[in-house]
Amino acid sequence: MNIQAVKVIYKYEMLRTWHTLFQSIASPVLSTALYFIVFGSAIGSRIQAVDGVSYGLFIVPGLMMLSLLTQSVSNASFGIFFPKFTGTVYEIMSAPISFFEITVGYVGAAASKSLIIGVIILITASFFVDLRIEHPVWMVTFLILTCVSFSLLGFIIGLWANDFEKLQVVPLLIITPLVFLGGTFYSVSMLPPIWQNITLFNPVLYLVSGFRWSFFEVSDVNVGISLAVILLFLAICSAIVWWMFKTGYRLKQ
Amino acid sequence: MSAIISISNLSKTYEGGFQALKSINLDIRTGEILALLGPNGAGKTTLISIICGLVSPTSGTVTVSGFDIIQDYRQTRREIGLVPQELSLGAFEKAWDTLRFSRGLFGQKPDDVYLEQLLKDLSLWDKKDNELRTLSGGMKRRVLIAKALSHEPKILFLDEPTAGVDVELRKDMWDIVNKLRDSGVTIILTTHYIEEAEQIADRVGVINAGELLLVDDKDKLMKGLGRKQLIIELKDPIDKVPESLDSYAIELADDGQELIYTYDTQGKSTGITSVLQDLHAAGLTMKDLNTTQSSLQDIFVHLVQDNKSNA
Ligand SMILES: Nc1ncnc2c1ncn2[C@@H]1O[C@H](COP(=O)(O)OP(=O)(O)OP(=O)(O)O)[C@@H](O)[C@H]1O
Ligand SMILES: [Mg+2]
Repeated sequence: MNIQAVKVIYKYEMLRTWHTLFQSIASPVLSTALYFIVFGSAIGSRIQAVDGVSYGLFIVPGLMMLSLLTQSVSNASFGIFFPKFTGTVYEIMSAPISFFEITVGYVGAAASKSLIIGVIILITASFFVDLRIEHPVWMVTFLILTCVSFSLLGFIIGLWANDFEKLQVVPLLIITPLVFLGGTFYSVSMLPPIWQNITLFNPVLYLVSGFRWSFFEVSDVNVGISLAVILLFLAICSAIVWWMFKTGYRLKQ
Repeated sequence: MSAIISISNLSKTYEGGFQALKSINLDIRTGEILALLGPNGAGKTTLISIICGLVSPTSGTVTVSGFDIIQDYRQTRREIGLVPQELSLGAFEKAWDTLRFSRGLFGQKPDDVYLEQLLKDLSLWDKKDNELRTLSGGMKRRVLIAKALSHEPKILFLDEPTAGVDVELRKDMWDIVNKLRDSGVTIILTTHYIEEAEQIADRVGVINAGELLLVDDKDKLMKGLGRKQLIIELKDPIDKVPESLDSYAIELADDGQELIYTYDTQGKSTGITSVLQDLHAAGLTMKDLNTTQSSLQDIFVHLVQDNKSNA
């Protein structure tokens, strides 16, 4: 195991955030605040409590997920796309380092950043609503699993993309709709029956539902199923990354 | 001398079917400077990339210090430093940070004393806190060399180290290469220029169209390759070469306007002085004088022909 290499990749990636610290923190804080003002207070005041949870409070887990998913994907995809784009990836490819170590370095750093952002959002939210977390350990578990698995997804996108357009289009066209249709701002039970069934194919639904359960003990699907789906998603992403390195996909001729 | 890198029957066919390397066999000796000489597209970069792990071989094997480059990649890559042909560098990092990154990536514990010395040797110490994008091309190349040396490799690959480098830096580069060799590092470099191979290398390998045409000690090779031509432009055209000049390898060209004298740069004397004296004695007047080096292309043609006639 080349621990030094994992360390420097992680550190280097975190350093990159440090340089853009203001953006990294300001943008999630600002967007969360805006969501709370618009949905939580303005619109939310006219929406009745969902499953006994006031609407402002109800959207906290969904809002966190929204930021976590988009941040994880964009951080991790840029992290590996950039060296490919500038050509500096030659160094990583010629280093005595396994694909597992490369992945741990890059995905670990991207997940850490998302985690930090998640905490920042939680703190921001606490200024707007009276937060309560029924199952803190599960909350943290879901948080970490989400950050890691979506950072992995971002990593795959970064490895796959061979131009900037692809890098941006995928998050925009796939991640955003999945998140918005995944029960981020509503309970699935509010949808017409046919849409309730379609939504069941959206993996984000399970994330949001499980995460929300850890806060308020209300969920759209059983929390065990949520956990299983996240783990399955994690396993699929890991397998894809493994296959990409194994075949040298877009990295090695 | 023992081989530090052993290449056997190495072939590479790129996706799309282009065969860039055709069954290469080559032993690189510990501590030598080997120059790979070849025109654009010969396969030099492909060969290096395979050894460094950037390209997968189609068939054949390579061992470094006895380890297989694929099975035992951790052992082999640790010993290798690569300076790529392209100036692939980040933009916003600082020189110092990128060096520490490289060292760690290759599994070495931080050693700021070593890295400081390295930057000083490469005259980069005063640039250590500059963002890479603010460095000149030559400096970037030196940063790439520093990165390649950051983990104290035993083998250094320099892929066209003098592309876009001025005379001054070229000299510095050769000083660095010589110093490294003295410290026991094996160096493999690629070049398009015979002069360059001649100046720096112990051995020269000639590669063309994916084939290693020959590998030989520089001195031997240069004897064969180092031919030059003296082109004498005459004031008045002549019909045939005067008898007094028959003993020289002189040909008439350009409708009798030019005499072409071919000589060996490695010989004891070039014979130019006596040619010119005899020319004068024969009553010919010169308009102009020119010399040309036989081009790399000419040499390849010769080598390929020799190869065929030997086979
Ligand atoms: N990724 C690739 N896919 C397909 N063909 C390739 C690829 N890389 C190189 N080639 C081809 O392989 C041949 C050898 O290329 P290579 O880069 O090894 O040459 P080189 O000797 O380094 O040339 P140069 O002196 O121009 O750097 C060329 O014909 C090139 O077009
Ligand atoms: Mg090349």
